[in-house]
Amino acid sequence: MRLPFHIVKRPYMKTYQQVIVRLLAVLTAFAVTSILMIILKKNPGRVLMALLYEPVKNGYFLVQTIKLAVVLLIISLGIGLAFKMKFWNIGAEGQIILGGIGASYLGLFHNDWPIYILLPVMLVASFVTGGLYGLIPAYFKARYNTNETLFTLMLNYIALSILLFLQYGPWKGENAMRPEFDNFKKNALLPSLASSKPWSDLHIGWIISLLLVVIVYIYMNHTKSGYEISVVGESVNTARYAGMNVRWITMRTMMLSAGICGIAGFVQVSGNLKKLSVNVAGGLGFTAIIIAWLSKLNPVVMIVASFLFSVMSKGAGFLEYQNISPAASEMIQGIILFCVLGAEFFVNYKIVRTHREVAQK
Amino acid sequence: MQCRILSCIAFSILNICDKGDSVNNVLFELRGITKLFGNVVANKNIDFSVREGEIHALLGENGSGKTTLMNILSGIYTPDSGTIIINGEEVTIKSPEDAIKLGIGMIHQHFKLVDVFSAKENIIMGQAGSSRRNQKELTKELEELSNRFGLNINLDKKIYQMSVSEKQTVEIMKVLFRKSKILILDEPTAVLTPQEIDKLFEILRELRADGCAIVLITHKLNEVMEISDRVTILRKGESVATVETKKTNPKELTELMVGHSVDLSIDRPVVKDKTKDVLKVENLTIYDEEGVKVIDGMSFTVDGGEILGVAGVAGSGQKELCEAIAGLHPVADGTIEFKGRNIVGLNPNEIINLGVSMSFIPEDRLGMGLVANMDMVDNVILKDYRRQKGLLLSRKPARKMALKMVEDLDIVTQGVQYPIRLLSGGNVQKVLLGREINSSPQLLITAYPVRGLDINSSYVIYDMLNEQKKKGVAVLYIGEDLNVLLELCDRIMVICGGRIMGMVDPKDVTIEDLGLMMTGHTYSQILAERGTGQ
Amino acid sequence: MIIASYIYIAVRVSIPVLLGITGAIFNEKAGNTNLGIEGMMYMGAFAGFYTAVATNSVILALIAACLFGAFGALIYAFATVTLRTNQVVAGLSLTIFGQGIARFLGNTLSGAKGESVRIPDAVTQKVNWKILGLKDIPFLGRALFGYDMIIYLSIVLVVIAYFYINKSKTGLNLRAVGENPAAADAAGINVSLYKYVHICIGGAFCGLAGAYIGVVYLTTWGNNMIAGKGWIAVALVIFASWNPLKAIYSSLLFGFTSLIALRFQDSPISPYLLEMLPYLLTVIILIITSVKMKKENQQPASCGVNYFREER
Repeated sequence: MRLPFHIVKRPYMKTYQQVIVRLLAVLTAFAVTSILMIILKKNPGRVLMALLYEPVKNGYFLVQTIKLAVVLLIISLGIGLAFKMKFWNIGAEGQIILGGIGASYLGLFHNDWPIYILLPVMLVASFVTGGLYGLIPAYFKARYNTNETLFTLMLNYIALSILLFLQYGPWKGENAMRPEFDNFKKNALLPSLASSKPWSDLHIGWIISLLLVVIVYIYMNHTKSGYEISVVGESVNTARYAGMNVRWITMRTMMLSAGICGIAGFVQVSGNLKKLSVNVAGGLGFTAIIIAWLSKLNPVVMIVASFLFSVMSKGAGFLEYQNISPAASEMIQGIILFCVLGAEFFVNYKIVRTHREVAQK
Repeated sequence: MQCRILSCIAFSILNICDKGDSVNNVLFELRGITKLFGNVVANKNIDFSVREGEIHALLGENGSGKTTLMNILSGIYTPDSGTIIINGEEVTIKSPEDAIKLGIGMIHQHFKLVDVFSAKENIIMGQAGSSRRNQKELTKELEELSNRFGLNINLDKKIYQMSVSEKQTVEIMKVLFRKSKILILDEPTAVLTPQEIDKLFEILRELRADGCAIVLITHKLNEVMEISDRVTILRKGESVATVETKKTNPKELTELMVGHSVDLSIDRPVVKDKTKDVLKVENLTIYDEEGVKVIDGMSFTVDGGEILGVAGVAGSGQKELCEAIAGLHPVADGTIEFKGRNIVGLNPNEIINLGVSMSFIPEDRLGMGLVANMDMVDNVILKDYRRQKGLLLSRKPARKMALKMVEDLDIVTQGVQYPIRLLSGGNVQKVLLGREINSSPQLLITAYPVRGLDINSSYVIYDMLNEQKKKGVAVLYIGEDLNVLLELCDRIMVICGGRIMGMVDPKDVTIEDLGLMMTGHTYSQILAERGTGQ
Repeated sequence: MIIASYIYIAVRVSIPVLLGITGAIFNEKAGNTNLGIEGMMYMGAFAGFYTAVATNSVILALIAACLFGAFGALIYAFATVTLRTNQVVAGLSLTIFGQGIARFLGNTLSGAKGESVRIPDAVTQKVNWKILGLKDIPFLGRALFGYDMIIYLSIVLVVIAYFYINKSKTGLNLRAVGENPAAADAAGINVSLYKYVHICIGGAFCGLAGAYIGVVYLTTWGNNMIAGKGWIAVALVIFASWNPLKAIYSSLLFGFTSLIALRFQDSPISPYLLEMLPYLLTVIILIITSVKMKKENQQPASCGVNYFREER
């Protein structure tokens, strides 16, 4: 018996082919989801409608979707920097929380400052607190090669404990009945460019995110530091050999990565939630990992991917009207991820028929 | 005649041969084997057959497809077309498991051993539980085997504690234990000293007498002439000829191998005005990560305008020496002076800026010095991007330089924007060395620069090194091929276990002398022995 | 008596972590870093819970949990072994997927009104079958013999796993695969098969861990049941130095730290700060083990790298 085919490595695949393969993968994921829904006796068409169409149906919904996409985009940009270095930062959740706490300290206790001073200082504060929190695992990775995946992950839980401690303790709000943080005063909130509904609800976080896209894009592709990140990511030995200070690069990059995640925390508290809350991160850090990976760490592609995932996350809420658990959205995200991952195989390898006959000269 | 008697004895002991009287039977045959890697044709319609009781050399340059062909026989690769016939029957080999069942055993160039296992565990692993042998019986069988072939081995020693030749012994035990009838050895002598090679050949002769079919993959002509019965020559993936060793000579083999007549001598230009002591190493001592002393009190100098060769068994401290000079490895004691300035303690970047260039070609070729997934431009920029002003990175000068390198060094590539992992080994090494030379260093350290290259590419590299030498650059050349060291270098430093065994003039020593020094004899001992011998 | 009941609580908390560590060890011994442990635990928790409610049978619940956990592992194995995708991302996907599917299906259990679902009493009684009278021995009776039967089963399974991995012939081959798949392949070991089988066995262990949390420990369905125990298991593998027997005390250490958070809520330190103790401890262990690593007790060398035979 001889297998009729075997697998070989593919030397190179053109960009447009790669795009097609990945699009097909996403379609496959929707097909798998539909089959699953049919098995569970749900109408797949309505599920997909709820997931993909409802969130963009009108201006009110669209604004909510964009607001979420903005935060996802910022987090993905942050994660992308670390991933480029093959530093598996899955601690975005914790870094968002810390960034949120940093910004909220000013938002809660210094809200007498004028808005044009307060907001920039809050932004810087969130960057610094988030960044420093990311610096902890980076230091140990650089110094002792401590496993960063698990370290950053544990820091997520620790950050949540800190947040709860603040909520039930020192930062407990004025409402004596419920342990909650106070709502931000107006000058600690991100303003909007529009004045009428629904667009007045869209705060300027989107400008921050698009600015960050440009900055991160230039940083990764056209600066010396960005070049260093790529080299360290590809081969630490080569980086050392070329005289790069790998420890410093690791810490610097991670500080930036976590800092940007921290800024996402700021946009959450100051824009979306209008206060600090336990839900400040709420799994966004994990969704952003998927976005960063699917976008191949390309900041421009991240805009599209963030929007898509925001639509699906918002769509989860609409599923409830159809008696479907919103967790379905999470499951479908998992399916998409597996399908796109699987598609990588067709980008890197190809299947070849094995010829039995002797080759002709 | 003797051969036949021996093989009869062997039959009774080992029970691995069918009949002692069928020495000339063809044991296995490959027909019309073709194998492609992407667009590269590794094997093209190759026919190859080996008889019982024969040592068959498979000769060819690096990259000619020898290893690929044998990997197909041992089940690692699937051929794109062709058939395999063993004992007259067509067989299909889908995996190494199939190959082992058919009695095929291969000793790979890069040993396939599990580092944290003991020798015994490595030998028995993968043996399906056909017979639940107890530990005692097993140990006894292994000991008998090692006694019979005079293999000296500690079965409980862990692989990572072993020397290269010990590891090879484990590999040999593996195939013996599996009673393989078809033995393939891929460049087995590359890592051995001349004395160890003799011992290996003894074992091969004994196995030949047992009726085994042995394939010896090599690119060394003297070995072919010494031990093989027949030789098949591959060139660029095609089988060029199969000849009886007795009826040929090294010159003819070389021509078959390279495709045209070549002058096998390497230039050694004489440089008049040398700069004294560009590099001066004194009393250097280095420990590795596990705290083992890997360089033990080394002192030597390299002048500008000379090539100092370093010879030694793999793992004698070459890597650590290179890394220490380049500032990549901590130094425990001693000094490294570059043009009179102690550079111990400087960081790699400062050392690069002083004009020291180091290129180390590791076994996987791409490990240090280049980034496989980046294009040529980004690789060229690696060493001097820091000299650009400001935060931004301009790739324009690097692109220019890359294009110039492609032209000057005949680098075959689809374009400078393609990832260099898509380039062939020779071209990758040209990129690396070309970049290093372009930074106009005053000290060029190069380790194994011709590793895995064909003869023509190798000579390009030798020429590049000689060019540098003529410019007055001090070159430290760490090599594998002792013949090349003897021809290319002005002086040779032989090291063993991190110590210098001798600093010799290539004109005064033989390859055997080098081999003895590599295994721990000092040059003065050798001279003394030679004195008593005369 | 108080000490005995502390031990009792700590052991119960540590069992799912112990099973999780063992599951992760199976993965890593086969050369795969699997970050999907948490997801497979969720899948096991759902399957166990659902089957227990539907059939009232403990054994069927455990089997279903193992199978569903192994099914999650199978997806991961297909992605990494056959399709050779990045292990980190595949593992994360598995966690996201596993969590999602468990919550999604779990919420269908509770129906539209969202009332909480409980494990039937009949099942709980069966689980808590006790070795007669032994638990009434003073002092240590409860700490040694007071547990539900699944705990004893788990410990037996973990010990078997130890002997299988470290003493058996198949175990030797498995370790060879994890250390150096190319060497294992050349020695005639079917690398893909070994990876598939042991990744799935690992998944079954994780499924069992989830079932323990769902069916025995919490007994009420909740969306956040596993709460990071899978991740802690992944981290503690390092502390257990890839040895199931050492996993027993690694997980107990976790159990006792969680106990502090559970039991000392009246202390002057905020309970929310105490809650971070197990995670903090895990971080400290991570750092300590990375500072001093021994050659013998390291992660299998090929972890994280997929094997492709025809690699040139």
